[in-house]
Amino acid sequence: MTETDNQPTQDPSPDAATPLVELAEVGKFYGNIRALAGVSLRVQAGEITCVLGDNGAGKSTLIKIISGLHQHDGGTFRIQGEETRLTSPREALERGIATVYQDLAVVPLMPVWRNFFLGSEPTVGRGPLRRLDVQYMRRTTHSELLRMGIDLRDVDQPIGTLSGGERQSVAIARAVHFGAKVLVLDEPTAALGVKQSGVVLKYVAAARDAGLGVVLITHNPHHAYLVGDRFVLLKRGAMAGAYEKEELELEELVRQMAGGSELEELTHELRSAG
Amino acid sequence: MTVTTQPGNPEGSTEPQEAAPGPAAIDDRLVHRSLPVRLLRRPELGAVVGAVALFVFFALIADSFLRPSSLSTVLYFSSTLGIMAVPVALLMIGGEFDLSTGVMVTSSALASSMFSYQMTANTWVGVGVSLLVTLAIGFFNGFMLTRTKLPSFIITLGTFLMLTGLNLGLTKLISGTVTTKSISDMEGFESARAVFASTLTIGGVDLQITILWWLALVALATWILLRTNVGNWIFAVGGGVDAARAVGVPVARTKIGLYLGVAFAAWISGQHLLFNYDTVQSGEGVGNELIYIAAAVIGGCLLTGGYGSAVGAAVGALIFGMANKGIIYAQWDPDWFKFFLGAMLLLATLLNAWIRKRAEATR
Repeated sequence: MTETDNQPTQDPSPDAATPLVELAEVGKFYGNIRALAGVSLRVQAGEITCVLGDNGAGKSTLIKIISGLHQHDGGTFRIQGEETRLTSPREALERGIATVYQDLAVVPLMPVWRNFFLGSEPTVGRGPLRRLDVQYMRRTTHSELLRMGIDLRDVDQPIGTLSGGERQSVAIARAVHFGAKVLVLDEPTAALGVKQSGVVLKYVAAARDAGLGVVLITHNPHHAYLVGDRFVLLKRGAMAGAYEKEELELEELVRQMAGGSELEELTHELRSAG
Repeated sequence: MTVTTQPGNPEGSTEPQEAAPGPAAIDDRLVHRSLPVRLLRRPELGAVVGAVALFVFFALIADSFLRPSSLSTVLYFSSTLGIMAVPVALLMIGGEFDLSTGVMVTSSALASSMFSYQMTANTWVGVGVSLLVTLAIGFFNGFMLTRTKLPSFIITLGTFLMLTGLNLGLTKLISGTVTTKSISDMEGFESARAVFASTLTIGGVDLQITILWWLALVALATWILLRTNVGNWIFAVGGGVDAARAVGVPVARTKIGLYLGVAFAAWISGQHLLFNYDTVQSGEGVGNELIYIAAAVIGGCLLTGGYGSAVGAAVGALIFGMANKGIIYAQWDPDWFKFFLGAMLLLATLLNAWIRKRAEATR
């Protein structure tokens, strides 16, 4: 993969030990319904924190809190050590938290470079002559994607002609370029095949190597184990476990995620994948 | 491995052509797409090919077609369609329809004429009032669309029917007949006619001023579409509205803006209609909206949005103009015109779909 040694990675926070994002005993109610309770999680610069859980375990509620769509009711939410209550996705973005949703990433018919800068287009000139800085946009798109290890022949091709994994990766590269410190990825591999998932995980790792803290939400323990440094398991809105990579075997993670016949099936899948 | 060396150096405009000869091998590969591929990617390619073919065809079978005066007539007819087809194309790229455009032109002319006449005001006052009225109709379309989230087909169909009724009803109520009173003897008529309906003689050829309006609109629309952030938003709201919203594109404002653009062109068109003669038939315009849409589609606009060009729509209008007048110069029965157009539309759409598939396959 491309080692980008001439591109300095983003400054890690002055005190490298302070987590970029830290949740402690966070809870969330929708009316009377408890969606989340007592969830704790830490995101360090240059590390990947995986959030695992079945459907309805509270993963999306957790994302929505981190990305500013919802506010938490209990516990504390710290960004770089400072206690926070985010009020909007825009505020989250301003604080350096970018969320990449699986389906909302790109406009298929538009060229890659137009997609890359969509919504934050750089311009030159003023007044009626204010125009897109097309050269800069093309060049930057190409170099930023190259940094992530995506070598596009042509940034003018419609982004819909890229594979699903590459599209997701462009969205990740875009978040990195626009100064995200924390990247929240919502099921980036859910709709993808084995090979494409590999592509995306590679870029997730590249984002980590660029010094970002990554929150990877998934229900696939195999994918999580490949790249994760920390694992948070959710079950029915509560913590079902939190592990560091060293204290966890893949078998254990899979067992935590599934049981009985499902477990056998997954073990089989694991063997064929290995 | 070559890594591009200039992060954040927007020296930009020094070289308009991006084919800078080899600062880095990788950039080379990036910009030097083979010419055929780049051409195939253009949405208007099919229309241009069709227009050239049609031109050659009529040049061969109709002797009078190549006369300057004939070509000027063709251009004039094309321009009256093209002035509307261009903003309609932008709207379609933004993913929406407008079925009220045909009668909106008439409404605009009526508003101008009747206001001037009834108030015995300078015709320019009527022209100004008409601009406000027409923009208000466009705003109504856009506002209803973004507020109700109903399909634009339904909303503008409603506007179309309401305007059709209003045009006839109000004109009868105010003027007593279905035609407005002549305003040719009113103050400001001559200067307004000079702006909206005069004829320029360039090199011995008479050219209607609408051709200039048409070209100016094409240039403006192309500039907006390809070189401004608003253009980027237009493509985005048409091609993937959820993705656009997620990255912060002002979706509602963009769409309302597109409807205002259509209304603005309808105003130009309407003023031409009025000042080219001096009265307006209140029942005119019905059916034209489909011709504008057809021109945009022939020019490469996708019905589903997110793809197309202003130049393409202009060429689509030119195709209509050539077919309409060419049939007359060839001394055929003009009844065949509509059949011809329908066949043209189908062919163009198939050709465009095929070209796009080829372009997307070539990577």
